Amino acid sequence: MVFLFVVFVGVPILINITGRWDFYFTLTSVALLAIASAGVWLTFYIGRINIGQGAFALIGAYVSAILVVKAGWSFWVSLPLAGLFAAVVAVVIGLPILRLRGVYFAMITLVLTQVVTLTALALPITNGAKGISSIPLPSGVSLYGLQIIPDFGTMESTKLAFYYTACILMILTYAALYRLVNSRLGHLCRSMQQNEELASSIGVNISYIRILVFAISSFFGGIGGAMFGSISQSVYPSSFQVADSVNFMLNCFLGGLGYVFGPMLGTLVLYFGWDVLFELGKYQMLVYSLILIAVIRFLPNGLLSLRLRKGAEK
Amino acid sequence: MSMLLQVKNVTKRYGGLVANNNISFDVAENEILSVIGPNGAGKSTLFKMIASFTPTSSGEVLYAGERISNLKPHIVARKGVVRTFQETTIFKSMTVRESVVVAQHLRAKASLAGYFWGSKLAQHDIRSFGRYADELLEFLGMASISNELASNLPQGNLRALGIAIGLATDPKVLLLDEPFAGMNHDETMRMVDLVRSVRDERGVTVLLVEHDMPAVMTISDRIIVLNFGEKIAEGTPLEIQKNEKVIEAYLGSADDEIGM
Repeated sequence: MVFLFVVFVGVPILINITGRWDFYFTLTSVALLAIASAGVWLTFYIGRINIGQGAFALIGAYVSAILVVKAGWSFWVSLPLAGLFAAVVAVVIGLPILRLRGVYFAMITLVLTQVVTLTALALPITNGAKGISSIPLPSGVSLYGLQIIPDFGTMESTKLAFYYTACILMILTYAALYRLVNSRLGHLCRSMQQNEELASSIGVNISYIRILVFAISSFFGGIGGAMFGSISQSVYPSSFQVADSVNFMLNCFLGGLGYVFGPMLGTLVLYFGWDVLFELGKYQMLVYSLILIAVIRFLPNGLLSLRLRKGAEK
Repeated sequence: MSMLLQVKNVTKRYGGLVANNNISFDVAENEILSVIGPNGAGKSTLFKMIASFTPTSSGEVLYAGERISNLKPHIVARKGVVRTFQETTIFKSMTVRESVVVAQHLRAKASLAGYFWGSKLAQHDIRSFGRYADELLEFLGMASISNELASNLPQGNLRALGIAIGLATDPKVLLLDEPFAGMNHDETMRMVDLVRSVRDERGVTVLLVEHDMPAVMTISDRIIVLNFGEKIAEGTPLEIQKNEKVIEAYLGSADDEIGM
């Protein structure tokens, strides 16, 4: 509850006072990247290292952009479809590669981002290197004459609107993730992660659950990507690159793999940390990397383990 | 006697090596049948083929007249033939009770989506899983350790946990992989009683692979003896003890695990 209050009331007030309107864009990005990171976290939950979320984010962004620009659909319809399309792609790709473990799976997913980037460059529908630009802002939605979502195009400043949208999506994502992990699917994932042989001996269809979870992961990636495309009103093959895929994974590591809300915190810290260190100029990368190494060395269970340890001592 | 499980001319080859050659036997309903043999006789391979953890090279395994060999393990488990493992194969970071609850997966009536939304059926499942887990742990004498983390348990309890996980799936046939290995005499006798009560009170047919001779002789209705991948004898414990081929196989192999 405190968290919801801070996100929806506290932050806007603070930004109003300080006049740092650019923070809206930063925080919106954090929220969206956190959605994609949630997907990566979920693949960790079945014991797979996923460095391919950039691919699914890019797919989501393109699907949404194409549906809005070329087919003239509403953004709000294209958003879930972008997620679904990413999920379908994940099923097709996941079928052969989810048998792989550890480093091998990670390598393939790493390549995946590059493959999607190259595909986007080559296909006519994605417009090659020029990408798809000047995507219209999300239109309004009315149900039975009642305006549910206002037309973004008529707004003076879309910053706040996008901020709220991204935050609502993020909260929905994490609520779903939390629920998922604590439902039977989550328990089955845990059993598989700990011992695949034993899990199959108690009748768990391991390959089915793996595909299902990977599809859900990619759905989150697609949603995050689609929303991103809509905010920046453009998609290019370089919108999500291998480095982004790696960052999604780092967010999970940093926040803590053992905690559902780990990737959310990880994204916030990682994104802000990079910006704060901007002052250091050419040493930015060096200091940043050193801090990351230190965190992974001294807090192997992520930043959230710090808080929990404190709680245990009290 | 109706034959619940039938092993028919099962052969397993690894390249040029024959691990099991043309093995056939039947398991009757409500029977405790042991498969014994010196090290490398092919017991484990046979076991894996029955639970479909590895395919047969030829031959087949029938359960209630239906072929179960060369399927996926989870499908065989679904039909009611469930194996246990030796002690290291557990869900390490779950408690005893959590493991037994998870293992009731097959009994679930609600769908995965139902669990996500928290449907009535799912809530009913969750309650019934909890009740059954408590009942099962009580039955196995593990109620006092139900909230222990599996990785903290001593060896004897781990073995019992393996059986609890197997039983939680509500099997018709339970395959036990060396349930007495590494146990002292008292522990072994306690486990013998446990396996017996599983059969007597739960109506589960038990097939076990074992080294421990005295235990096998006490517990089994019938025994199958393997040597070098071949079945060399089949009979009651008394018949097996007198069987020339069996004695030769054990004494001739310089295997010190006979303990007869």
